[in-house]
Amino acid sequence: MSEKYISRSTAIAARMLGGELMVMSSSDSTFFTLNEVATVIWQAADGQTPLSEIVSRIVCTEFDVEPQAAQADAEEFVAELSQHGILLVSDHPKPHSGKQEPA
Amino acid sequence: MSLMQEMNQRAHELGIPLSLHLDVTYRCNERCIHCYLDHDDHGELTTEEIKSLLGQASEAGTFFLTLSGGEVFMRRDFFEILTHARRLMFNVRIKTNGVMIGKEEARRMRELGVEHVQISVYSHRPEVHDRITKLPGSLKRTIEAIRFIKSQGLKVTVANVLMRGNSEDHAGVQALAKELGASYTLDPTITPKIDGDDSIVALRIPGSELHSVFRTEALVGNVDEFCAPPPPAGEDVMEAYPCSAGHTAMYVSPYGDVTPCVQFPLPTGNVRRQKLIDIWRHSPELNEVRSIQARDLPVCSTCSHVGTCTRCPGLAYMEGSMRGPSTADCEKSFQRTGIASANMLRKERIQSTGPLVQIQAWQPSESSDQDISRAAAQLL
Repeated sequence: MSEKYISRSTAIAARMLGGELMVMSSSDSTFFTLNEVATVIWQAADGQTPLSEIVSRIVCTEFDVEPQAAQADAEEFVAELSQHGILLVSDHPKPHSGKQEPA
Repeated sequence: MSLMQEMNQRAHELGIPLSLHLDVTYRCNERCIHCYLDHDDHGELTTEEIKSLLGQASEAGTFFLTLSGGEVFMRRDFFEILTHARRLMFNVRIKTNGVMIGKEEARRMRELGVEHVQISVYSHRPEVHDRITKLPGSLKRTIEAIRFIKSQGLKVTVANVLMRGNSEDHAGVQALAKELGASYTLDPTITPKIDGDDSIVALRIPGSELHSVFRTEALVGNVDEFCAPPPPAGEDVMEAYPCSAGHTAMYVSPYGDVTPCVQFPLPTGNVRRQKLIDIWRHSPELNEVRSIQARDLPVCSTCSHVGTCTRCPGLAYMEGSMRGPSTADCEKSFQRTGIASANMLRKERIQSTGPLVQIQAWQPSESSDQDISRAAAQLL
């Protein structure tokens, strides 16, 4: 299976609220809230780190989760957000560029 | 409860200003007859001051940012402000008349990820719209702007303020919005000017026309449901807060003045002298607004409409008391249901008891000196 590289769309709004991240797509106004694990994946979505590495290096060390289950959950999460254009998925890394950070 | 409502509830519990309405200028290229603003520049916030304010709002947890005016595009630095707002990842909505929006402006708004644009249209007939805006050719330019924005795939709402002079045109504006692929919203409320001058309130449509608007299915949906008598109010209604103003929403003027809402000009602080979060958390005025539940409204808590009325605390404040009734909303509740509000009944009772002071022409008589002495004694 090829690696996935995820990056955040610039066409979204995002803000932390009480430990959860609110995210809204400006293209279709879909509104999401991300739990702690999803927020960590979101924050690590720099387009350069493979998703598998985000899961193994960040998610599995910060949360008490099985690597296989965490990878499956992350894949599902990425698929859902990419459907709404909130996360962009590629099979190769993006060159580093100025990026937006949620406050 | 929708996810959005849940977030609003959470913001309310955490004391977070989820929404900020920022008027970046009161200057405007139109001179609408019903406008509540003074269009002179009395010392607007600079670009850097606005950037600082947005940074503070972002840190305070604000998510929804409405940029409005005046006309936002009267500011030459508007795109710089917008770019900064989007860099801070606000959900940005813009209110504009569209007159200064061409292809390039529409493209930049889309590239910057603006979520929604609201544009004022008063009539589908140029002679009516342009008479209200006092800007010849404005309807044509506004419609062109909507087409440019829609061609970029952005969402547009046509906002139709209803007043004497365009009250027959809402169906035409609604049809125009549909043709343009825009949503439509109607507002029949003309508010007093922010300096307290209420002369423009005379432009409000008469009750009979409001009655007719509320029975137009294309505007309200199910008329029977919309115009149904209010259900009895329970404890939950009496403990409810009137609206988000001051609870999860705030307003900042082009001069940095912070108030609960654009329609609620209660001074609470100024971002040129204080940090936004300090005003939000510690302003005695905002804390007073937050303390008011429906049960604390002397007249409205006794009203059968208390649970369903659109009572605006800002309009009530402009009428004299933030705990008082808003007569415009009393009128709406009455025209919608045919049931008079407690405030209307109270006013009727006051009128039926006759004037509180009776004045009669004084006829001098031989005993006039005695009369004057008696009158003076009564006054003392």
